[in-house]
Amino acid sequence: MNNIIILLLLIPLLTGVLLIFLRNRISAQRWLSILSLLAVGVIAAIIIQRVLNEGTMTLDLGGWEPPYGIVLVADMFAMLLVFTTVIVGICCLLYGFRTIGEEREKFYFYTFVQFLLVGVMGSFLTGDLFNLFVFFEVMLLSSYVLIALGGKKVQLRESIKYVLVNIVSSMLFLIAIAYLYGMLGTLNFAHMAIRVSEAGQDGLLTTVAIFLMLVFAIKAALLMYFWLPGSYGAPPMAIAALFAALLTKVGIYSIFRLFSVVFPHQPEITHQLLAWLGILTMIIGAIGAVAHWSLRKILAYNVVVAVGFMIAGFAVFTTTAIAGSVFYLIHDMFVKALLFILGGIMIGLTGTDKLREMSGMIRNHASLGWMFFIAALALAGVPPLSGFIGKLLVLQGAIGEGFYIIAAVGLITSLMVLYSVVKIFINGFWGENQLTVEDEKMSTKGTLLPSAILTVIVIGMGLGAEFVNVYIMEAAEVINNPSLYIDAVMPNGE
Amino acid sequence: MEILMSILIGVLITAGTYLVMSRSLLRIILGTSVIGHGALLLLLTTAGLKEGAPPITNIEALTYADPLPQALILTAIVINFATTGFFLVLAYRAYKELGTDDMDKLRGIDDE
Repeated sequence: MNNIIILLLLIPLLTGVLLIFLRNRISAQRWLSILSLLAVGVIAAIIIQRVLNEGTMTLDLGGWEPPYGIVLVADMFAMLLVFTTVIVGICCLLYGFRTIGEEREKFYFYTFVQFLLVGVMGSFLTGDLFNLFVFFEVMLLSSYVLIALGGKKVQLRESIKYVLVNIVSSMLFLIAIAYLYGMLGTLNFAHMAIRVSEAGQDGLLTTVAIFLMLVFAIKAALLMYFWLPGSYGAPPMAIAALFAALLTKVGIYSIFRLFSVVFPHQPEITHQLLAWLGILTMIIGAIGAVAHWSLRKILAYNVVVAVGFMIAGFAVFTTTAIAGSVFYLIHDMFVKALLFILGGIMIGLTGTDKLREMSGMIRNHASLGWMFFIAALALAGVPPLSGFIGKLLVLQGAIGEGFYIIAAVGLITSLMVLYSVVKIFINGFWGENQLTVEDEKMSTKGTLLPSAILTVIVIGMGLGAEFVNVYIMEAAEVINNPSLYIDAVMPNGE
Repeated sequence: MEILMSILIGVLITAGTYLVMSRSLLRIILGTSVIGHGALLLLLTTAGLKEGAPPITNIEALTYADPLPQALILTAIVINFATTGFFLVLAYRAYKELGTDDMDKLRGIDDE
């Protein structure tokens, strides 16, 4: 009955394997990878409708009932993220068709994109901590390959650091799993939640929870963002867009899930800590975004700011703020993909990512300029675009709970973010046009389609907020009321 | 037994951390591998060490070893093996391309 959930993972996995055998037939690879993602998108949409009508769906793999087997949980929050992932994946692929180059296409670029998406979607769907670790590794191994693919000097240098940071944090993840298994004797989220609430969340458990928070903070670039600007600046922009939209979000998702379902009992320690981490991340990210004059660096630091904002919103821990955070999370996946793709086109046209060497592109590329402008406004949260509602809800929640610092820092960093992206807009599109069409390093043909799709989504999510809100509220309800999740996974109790 | 294992795990993770802090890329990779072994042993130890009990063979067995940690460790070993293998190849390629395995020289500059 619920077996449809496994298709979300099986289709891209098998497509990825199939693509290995089609190495030299590039157009077949392109068609297959798009078709696979379209199929996953349709299935995800069907599941979302069913979840909306009938509540959370679960699938016990191999027929082993939880807590003995691994369970996949399709609740509204996970499914919305899966759906967003698929759309972002399609847009990045469309952009990649034009820009990634034959060399990379022949060396399994499409295969690893499929595997990356398996890892990301698997992390969203799984209901088991060790399985989460496994899907993290699926995602990370694909990302190691994608970041190094092409073997340029800067890529090799940055990928070594990226791989090292992630291997060490994976080891910390494993150590945290070991402690938790020793204490609770289970790794299923719902089962852990039951045992934690029965035994009480004592100091030792809270310590392990903070240890896990540290692991996910490294993966999500929460305060420990030091690896992010370098490694997101190395690969081609199609891959960087995929990373910026998806990878850090998996860490954020894990924090949302763990600290709402399993460890919600000591918010005065854990959530307070999350709030401060979020605030500091926002401030540091915004300073980085304002300070740099390189397009790639500015966009990378904007990823960091958004991570801080979402975590701070979650840390407020009221229905309004959580709904705002979920809305902002989904908005951010779209808008980051859009910004990186548009930035990639700008870099592709001028052949440099230094803002001081660009100018006047609006003359030959008006639609590119206007889309960048819309993306910039959406990122900063100007109404009626998609960033506005998320920010509004988070700020309402924060002020209602007396978290004035989050509200103040959130607003100030929004302005700094706006400044940083408008700086790109002014330098890139205003002023004297130095670039004739003949001098351009690439043509924009075919690259404007994915950006247009994402722009329409960003506008639509803002204008159609009433429609989107039904789903977001449902997702926030599950986070806010973990017993819904626990009952769905283990209907008969322990 | 648990105490001995704890000391061993501590030594492994300490040695691994020391190696990761060094400048040579090869030592760093060995360090991650050693930390990985420490983490796996920790998983085995925290799940409880038992002597002389078989895994579950029939339901009536009074004493049995927990099979789950073994399964987890087996999975983690495979992942560890894959990442270490990939890291070694990446390091070799980077060494050939960049001509150094010194992390200080891999710092990177903005203008290239």
